[in-house]
Amino acid sequence: MTVPTDLDRRFRSAAAAAGLLDVAYDVVDSPLGPLFVAATPRGVCRISFDPEPEEEAEELARRFGLRVLRTALEGPRRELDEYFEGRRQAFDLDVDLTSAAPFNRRVLEELARVPYGETTTYGRLAERAERPRAARAVGMVMNRNPVPIVLPCHRVVGSTGKLVGYGGGLDRKERLLRLEGALL
Amino acid sequence: MMDDVAIPPFERFYETWSGEILAFLRRRLGRAEAEDAFQETFLKALRAYDRLEHGRDLRAWAYTIAERVAIDVHRRRSVPATPEEPSGREDSRPAYAEIEHLAGQLPATERAAVVLRYGYDRSYAQIGTALGSSADAARQAASSGVRRLRRKELQ
Repeated sequence: MTVPTDLDRRFRSAAAAAGLLDVAYDVVDSPLGPLFVAATPRGVCRISFDPEPEEEAEELARRFGLRVLRTALEGPRRELDEYFEGRRQAFDLDVDLTSAAPFNRRVLEELARVPYGETTTYGRLAERAERPRAARAVGMVMNRNPVPIVLPCHRVVGSTGKLVGYGGGLDRKERLLRLEGALL
Repeated sequence: MMDDVAIPPFERFYETWSGEILAFLRRRLGRAEAEDAFQETFLKALRAYDRLEHGRDLRAWAYTIAERVAIDVHRRRSVPATPEEPSGREDSRPAYAEIEHLAGQLPATERAAVVLRYGYDRSYAQIGTALGSSADAARQAASSGVRRLRRKELQ
């Protein structure tokens, strides 16, 4: 038998409210398609496009602990909605980068400072992370950004201004930059 | 290796067994009380989840927790509303009540079999179904569980 929706929802929110989860996740709708969003008690740890929740849950369990449960993530959902409606330019969400390697974390922290509606290049981001020759490595970090959109890797473009690449596909990168008015 | 069955993310454990456990609790307690018992069962499972050592017998483990929750509910029900009034019937499970405090030390399958057999008078066929094994295997698990408990009691 299936558990009635209401009872199921009550259990899931009770589990989250009791602070028993290593990771809470949800799938939220967006103009770019459904987004998988996951958070630890420290902050958002994962956003992915074209979600495959079961595989994501396995991966999160390996990295953060087995107590992974789908439950409503109100804060992230609201901020993402506001962002996509053009009513929010900066996210107030905490981000959990504890599972990122030190260099990646450094680069992602610099990335978080790239303002809404602007772009930078892989090379400039490498300079800001004090690894000026590491543009390619920065590209890899962008490609594996665990929290796209909130950490705006879509704002990082090639040295000629070409969009170059995006973990979620170039089409999505273009749409995000248009939304922010960085592309016409 | 048999001993290394990976423990799945809690979500998968919950999705796999929650429907069956709810049906089980409804049979035990009726619809209304089953809902709270369901929530309590899975919250208990969640609290204990990071202490699991392997992913074997998770179904039996879930049933064991659900049984204990159901036993608690029954116990609360059987507390007489007014102490002066003699209770209409004796607890039909005195023998089990005496060994129950030890049952937690049994391996999961034996524990579930003992709880279901002596705590709930389930038939071995029903216990076999609950544990995903045969009636014979359920009988063996219950009897080796009881033998183990008797040894513990004598200690």
